[in-house]
Amino acid sequence: MGSKSKNEQGMTLIVKTITRLTVGLILLYGIYILSHGHVSPGGGFAGGVIIALSFIHLMLAYGKEVALKRLPKGVTSFFESMGAIIFLSIALLGFTGGYFFLNFISKGEPFRLFSAGIIPILNIAISLKVGAGLFAIFVALVLLKLFPPEDD
Amino acid sequence: MIIYLLCLLLFSLGIYCVLRKRNIIKIIVGIIISEYAVNLFFILVAYRKGGRSPIFSPDSAILNMVDALPQAVVLTSIVIGLATTALLIAIAMRIYGKHRTFDITRINELNG
Amino acid sequence: MFELYFLLIFMIIGAVIAIEIKDLLSSVIAVGAVGLGLSIVFLILKAPDVAITQLVVEILCLIILIRATLKKDLPFSTTGRWFLNTLITVLFIASFLFVSWKALRDLPEFGNPLMRVASAYLRDGLLQTGSTNIVASVILDYRAYDTLGEATVLFTAVIGVLAVARLIGRKKPEDKDVEEDGF
Repeated sequence: MGSKSKNEQGMTLIVKTITRLTVGLILLYGIYILSHGHVSPGGGFAGGVIIALSFIHLMLAYGKEVALKRLPKGVTSFFESMGAIIFLSIALLGFTGGYFFLNFISKGEPFRLFSAGIIPILNIAISLKVGAGLFAIFVALVLLKLFPPEDD
Repeated sequence: MIIYLLCLLLFSLGIYCVLRKRNIIKIIVGIIISEYAVNLFFILVAYRKGGRSPIFSPDSAILNMVDALPQAVVLTSIVIGLATTALLIAIAMRIYGKHRTFDITRINELNG
Repeated sequence: MFELYFLLIFMIIGAVIAIEIKDLLSSVIAVGAVGLGLSIVFLILKAPDVAITQLVVEILCLIILIRATLKKDLPFSTTGRWFLNTLITVLFIASFLFVSWKALRDLPEFGNPLMRVASAYLRDGLLQTGSTNIVASVILDYRAYDTLGEATVLFTAVIGVLAVARLIGRKKPEDKDVEEDGF
């Protein structure tokens, strides 16, 4: 990010228009991937990374102010902690029936969206954790000012 | 057997890059390549000739599935690899900000 | 299996280019080519979950690497004890390849895995967990402890990046010159 003053305003009009059209689709695709993780390929890891990529897409095209207004750093860390807490509390709720990570919700009918007990909930928790964590890493690396003025 | 050796050759290329190169970004590239090779080795061990992917289908009974356990292990390993790569890059950028170079032979000041 | 050999040789060529090219940005893009080839190899080896994850992770990794190397065409250094370093590296790699070749003969042949544990997962997985995707049932039900450890590692890495890359660090009062340097 050599010329900072230009990059903070974002890229050109073409890139901004295409980003405005596609960023919602990318976010929706991430949600689809993570919510169907137990019936088709995908799952929490891939879905979380795709959700993080949609916000990174926004940040690359529009500059960091717009993306950080949509998803501030406090909200990011809240989501990451929330993912960890949901994961652990689901695991601890298994003690009601016996052991850690017990699949205590009813399995339901296979090949349906609402089936497989705790697996979809754990997928959502993992995706929150991965997405928020990777977005926080990216924001930290972008905000890191490492090139002093004489280098540009 | 030959395919295992090709995979190990990829790993050796990554190790060569880590040991021989003098640029921090090149060292990170070597770590990434060897990590790819390790992930590939797990999946190669899991493959079964003529197998299908380990996902059931409502229409037909699938009997010859490939091994699902290494795939699950590799799935977590990939995301961890991304996080550790980001940590390495953050440290490398800090070093660049302090010493103005990525060359590790020129980073010889110890005053932190 | 022809396409598998082809893709592996493509990945090896990409790795050689990534290691030996002088420009850092070209090196990073060659790594991206290796990663995308790896994603297609996963797809051929019937691991669609891993292929999707590898694809998206590769994109993010490439963005972060380009962020680190943008507009820094630095001279490529080969100073130091050139001969000794190369000799030691080549000896190490030769011994590694020899030992791994000896060890590979004890592995089962390619295409015939042992599957002692995994056959039980594949047989009972649908009934015991209700999940159609066996990989999801392994990482989130049978072996959820692994995923818990993975979440811990990810959390630690995020904390490490935020600690290394934060804007305002604690400084001693005598480090005035560092403070004006823009950190």
